[in-house]
Amino acid sequence: MEEYTFLRQFADSWMLMFLFAFFIGVIFWAFRPGGQAQYQDTAAIPFRHDDKPAPRGEHKQ
Amino acid sequence: MANYFKLIVFGMIALLALIASNYARDIAYQAQALIVMIVAAVAFLVTLRNTDEPVPVAVREQSYFDGVVRYGVIATAFWGVVGFLAGTFIAFQLAFPALNFEWAQGIANFGRLRPLHTSAVIFAFGGNALIATSFYVVQRTSAARLWGGSAAWWVFWGYQLVIVLAAVGYLLGATQSKEYAEPEWMVDWLLTVVWLLYLAIFLGTIIRRKEKHIYVANWFYLSFIVTVAMLHVFNNLSIPVSLFGSKSVQVFAGVQDAMTQWWYGHNAVGFFLTAGFLGMMYYFIPKQAERPVYSYKLSIIHFWALIFIYIWAGPHHLHYTALPDWASTLGMVFSIVLWMPSWGGMINGLMTLSGAWDKLRTDPILRMLVISVGFYGMSTFEGPMMSIRAVNSLSHYTDWTIGHVHSGALGWNGMITFGALYFLVPRLWNRERLYSLSAVSWHFWLATIGIVLYAAAMWVTGIMEGLMWREVDANGFLVNSFADTVAAKFPMYVVRGTGGVMYLTGALIMCWNLWMTVKRSPATQSTPVAQPAE
Repeated sequence: MEEYTFLRQFADSWMLMFLFAFFIGVIFWAFRPGGQAQYQDTAAIPFRHDDKPAPRGEHKQ
Repeated sequence: MANYFKLIVFGMIALLALIASNYARDIAYQAQALIVMIVAAVAFLVTLRNTDEPVPVAVREQSYFDGVVRYGVIATAFWGVVGFLAGTFIAFQLAFPALNFEWAQGIANFGRLRPLHTSAVIFAFGGNALIATSFYVVQRTSAARLWGGSAAWWVFWGYQLVIVLAAVGYLLGATQSKEYAEPEWMVDWLLTVVWLLYLAIFLGTIIRRKEKHIYVANWFYLSFIVTVAMLHVFNNLSIPVSLFGSKSVQVFAGVQDAMTQWWYGHNAVGFFLTAGFLGMMYYFIPKQAERPVYSYKLSIIHFWALIFIYIWAGPHHLHYTALPDWASTLGMVFSIVLWMPSWGGMINGLMTLSGAWDKLRTDPILRMLVISVGFYGMSTFEGPMMSIRAVNSLSHYTDWTIGHVHSGALGWNGMITFGALYFLVPRLWNRERLYSLSAVSWHFWLATIGIVLYAAAMWVTGIMEGLMWREVDANGFLVNSFADTVAAKFPMYVVRGTGGVMYLTGALIMCWNLWMTVKRSPATQSTPVAQPAE
């Protein structure tokens, strides 16, 4: 029962705080200034390599 | 060299399966062992015929691995028809009990066919659609060939084997009585292996990507694969009674078992039928509309909000049970919060068409994709509402639930899969276009009207029976017996079955259209301009 109590208390204190902070962090990160250009580039990925993989040399431009 | 090793393994599996079928303690296990034996023997022969043949020089890296996607598309269409047919038949079994034929008792009565239907549509139709599209999408959005060489074939055939074994088990009575997780331990173990291999291939391809960023569709696909692996393992923690029998005993008991089951069950909806299919939405809608997703920022928030919240929603399946109130309240609150990311995603999908709405008039494939997102919005509004305890006290155990599930499954999952199949077939078989666009329109309207009939019938009968069950007279006695509600539901059951027939007809038209596309549509390469005769 000790282990249960410990895990239960950990889950609804530190873990909850961590998850919540992570989630808020994601939102702020998504809206960070300067992200727009990168998002436009990422959103265009489906339109780039329809027929065959990128050639060997080309890598993570 | 590897082939000699494979031959040994296949031979051993065939032999062990044959021995297992001899010692089998029940008919389901025996049938499954025989199927495994036959499959292993066929695999042995196929491997033998290819042994010491020259290995084709690797064209790899230069092309995408689409062979397995083609098979996946065929399997999706095939299992779709099987699943819809089973569903339509059991719908009529409920309306006309005489269809539970006396000669087929214990094999083809409603209780045996119902899990066959649910697993066929969710895991066989939906699962094949997810595996095929994820293999297609991850290659295009990573600009890399599928990782792992022929491993993808193992995933494909392994998954088909899981489906067949599960189906045979259901018909012959092997079930652990967990909704959407009915297969017994041996099928569960096989699925675990197949699934981990699937995860490895998907992750390997992402790691080898040539694009700097991971496209949002792959985030959704990956969360679906990882979470399903976790859910599957924890919900199927059971100890087999015998290595030669299908019966197993769950590790959890009582309310813990129920909670684990619905944690699994609701996330099967949340991650299998939502996150995975959202991956399809984020690829196929932009592709078909020929414009990038409306807001990439919103898609990031959509992703994290969805996976953070969905995982907690399960307890709403257990209102008014032995589950503590705080837990079911938690599930209810998270279900309602879930409305936000769901609608955020729906808006993101729909708004991708902003500036291109006119395409809906001319492009029935896009229409199919868009109505699927519309149904997604409807069922993700209805779901949170039904999870509220007071609403649930009326809706639970009634046909309203079944109507809700089907507006989501037929509307959202079915329609987006049909759209993806129409998108994929011409591309995978190098055809210029689909054979018939008017057949797509027929499919669209048959399916849509079928869903409307289905959902409307289930709302009426669900709310009616919910009210009949709780109706009491002046002295506090119940007014209706259970059989009264069954009799009152008859007309709605016929309407529901009719909706199913329409949906099935649409799917058959699709199969014909896709077949004709491969057989008759002009190929993409250089079509000579027709010259008029002198």
